[in-house]
Amino acid sequence: MRYPTLAAGLLGATMAQADTPVLTVYTYDSFVSDWGPGPAVEAAFEEICGCDLQFVASGDGAALLARIRLEGARTRADVVLGLDTNLTAAAAETGLFAQHGLEDRDFDLPVAWEDDMFLPYDWGYFAFVYDKTRLDEVPTSFEALAALPDDVKIVIEDPRSSTPGLGLLLWVKAAYGDRAAEIWQGLAPHILTVTKGWSEAYGMFLEGEADMVLSYTTSPAYHLIAEGDDSKAAAGFNEGHYMQIEVAGQIAHSDQPALARQFLDFMLSDAFQSVIPTTNWMYPAVTPAGGLPDGFDTLITPDTALIYPAGEAARVRDTALAEWRDALSQ
Amino acid sequence: MARRAQPIGIALPAGVLAGGAVLALSLGTLAAVALRAEGGTGLAAADWAAVRFTLTQATLSAGFSCLLAVFVARALARRQFPGRALLITLLGAPFILPVIVAVLGLLAVFGRSGLLSAALVPLGLGPVDIYGLEGVVLAHVFFNLPLATRLLLQGWLAIPAERFRLAAALGFSPGDVARHLEAPMLRSVLPGAFVVVFLICMTSFAVALTLGGGPRATTVELAIYQSFRYDFDLGHAALLSLIQFGLCGVAALLAFAVAVPSAFGSGLGRPLARWDGDRWALRLADAIWLCLGALFLLLPLAMIIAKGAAHLPGLPVQVYHAALRSLCVALASAAVTLALALPMALAAARLKRALGGALLAAGTLSIAASPLVMGTGLFILLFPLADPTALALPVTATVNAVMSLPFALRALAPAVAEAQRDFGKLADSLDIHGFSRLRLVLLPRLRRPVGFTLGLSAALSMGDLGVIALFADQGQATLPLQLYRLMAAYRMEDAAGAALLLLILSLGLFWLFDRGGRINADL
Repeated sequence: MRYPTLAAGLLGATMAQADTPVLTVYTYDSFVSDWGPGPAVEAAFEEICGCDLQFVASGDGAALLARIRLEGARTRADVVLGLDTNLTAAAAETGLFAQHGLEDRDFDLPVAWEDDMFLPYDWGYFAFVYDKTRLDEVPTSFEALAALPDDVKIVIEDPRSSTPGLGLLLWVKAAYGDRAAEIWQGLAPHILTVTKGWSEAYGMFLEGEADMVLSYTTSPAYHLIAEGDDSKAAAGFNEGHYMQIEVAGQIAHSDQPALARQFLDFMLSDAFQSVIPTTNWMYPAVTPAGGLPDGFDTLITPDTALIYPAGEAARVRDTALAEWRDALSQ
Repeated sequence: MARRAQPIGIALPAGVLAGGAVLALSLGTLAAVALRAEGGTGLAAADWAAVRFTLTQATLSAGFSCLLAVFVARALARRQFPGRALLITLLGAPFILPVIVAVLGLLAVFGRSGLLSAALVPLGLGPVDIYGLEGVVLAHVFFNLPLATRLLLQGWLAIPAERFRLAAALGFSPGDVARHLEAPMLRSVLPGAFVVVFLICMTSFAVALTLGGGPRATTVELAIYQSFRYDFDLGHAALLSLIQFGLCGVAALLAFAVAVPSAFGSGLGRPLARWDGDRWALRLADAIWLCLGALFLLLPLAMIIAKGAAHLPGLPVQVYHAALRSLCVALASAAVTLALALPMALAAARLKRALGGALLAAGTLSIAASPLVMGTGLFILLFPLADPTALALPVTATVNAVMSLPFALRALAPAVAEAQRDFGKLADSLDIHGFSRLRLVLLPRLRRPVGFTLGLSAALSMGDLGVIALFADQGQATLPLQLYRLMAAYRMEDAAGAALLLLILSLGLFWLFDRGGRINADL
């Protein structure tokens, strides 16, 4: 007799849940962490949607795309949040994404946004972060960095395993084009090591292993706002800084298309955008009414924003990788 | 003798079944990835460079680990001193640490702003630059010297005490003891230890990358990673993974060919007394080796403790939830490991040497598996059947168990074989079979390796980031994943506290099980 009761109980529970529609959002791991934007975003959206918002996390942006590709049309995802513009061309090629239909939006981005499939939710500039109390001469360009004494060391991330690493690769390529290989050769003596991902590199920098680390112009804001420490700064480079724009898209076969669209719309609202600066430590794609948090005004603002359009990034990255590998393997 | 079939009837199918399950998880997941591939590219020059670098660093790392382990293990085997058991447990710590924690600990000692540099710079030397092949080897020796030491120490302890008594009665010099007792033991144990360390280093990725200095230090595992994440070329990833299996297979075969059973015959399991080590020169030499080994392994741990201690009390509550989740996964993983390893070791002891060897080799194969390929393969296999997110923790426990199986077999199989060889005939003549035989004859002799196996697999599972990162959702973070999330959120100080918590829990689990296995055993 126990089994029918149990089955009925389970069935009842499932039916009770079925009353509340579930919106599944795939994202990268640090977004859903207790210290990321995830918890606040979930609470705010569930207040207005009458739904159950469920985040599913997968490594970083590249791992996220790999997961979507593996799952294909059977994916449970309704929305994918956390790809960047270097990945969107490959994401669009999967044919899994729908057009967002939210055309007339204004973004506070340094570049124009024209993509009918993906919508940006935050952005940042890659930059080398240093400790003001330790570095005597702050380089103002890649060439100036290369010209510094060899004992000035930087830690970078591997482009094959991390999105910031890939960003640096494209930064050098966008700034120097055919001279990229030469620039890498100049940088080579300064590269202490190359790490798997951002966390390892940033950890090594904070431990004092290197003078500079490839991170974001917004990194010093964390130390200032969360730790009251103003010793960290980002070096402004004359050739401009490469941008990372993080985007989200709606899955075409989603069984909750209306909710998914509502989520994308919500993503650009104040409730979502105001959480971004002090949880994801990036610039919001739409500046909230209250403006940016105190401390963001101390950050450097590059004169030139460098970025490859989605298709172009995919086209140059293999050449750039080969140049990088050859220069650093010598 | 008809009832003799009974224990075979239990042990053999169970062992073969376990072996099959392990094969499915290692090669089966690879096949799943390969079948899912569309096209795929052949091997490029960069892949061969990765193969060469991988072989070079793995050979050097295994060589140094084993060489140093001979001296450290001999000193540990010859000496009794207060705190010896604690030292042996602590020495095991590096092996079970998550890579990033261990690397930061190592850098705090050997890095550019580490203790060593701080000591050398006033002398006009340094700072020390360990990045490059030397850094990779240093880190791998740090990770694997404890394992090699434990494996060799087990070899020393497996020499029956009666042999040393006899040697003392015959007036053997330390040289004679080395030639007649220690050399044959080393000849049988060293190749296995070398291969185990070699295989672990073969699949290294984050260590080799972080301390390798750049693209020169590309390992096969990174090339596999690149195929997945950068190129999404599953065929290429499967091909590289197959090469990894091939290279590891060749290494393992070589070890089997070189290793010779030591054949000491049976002893009565008496406590070990070493009359041969009683000279002051040997005492001094042993003391130096123990101090060097302890300094090398414990200083980085001390730095992890020093950095984390202040932040341990104020850790966010989510870290403790993650720790609890990790404990459950670790205990489950330890149980699964033993449930796989014991039947396999029993079956291997029953089978003919070649067949038994093949079974053990199948169980050891998972050491050559790329965790990324295994995780992705499992994902491909499970996705059509169930929600991978719902299975995240059980899958993590299972994969962790399979990953620690090679170490479990290394510890268990020789002990089972020896117990069967020494007491099997007696047990047969007394008609002790089935579970009574396991309980009365085998387990009392297996307590030490069983304790070691449970402790090691629980601790390894505790520190493993593994497949959880591929499967997890918001509320399922294990402690290592939570540690990475803290780092990704810039909270390096909380991360240092979490790293210490992880160290304490891993070591605590290892100590509990290992000690349980050693109660009344004089180690």
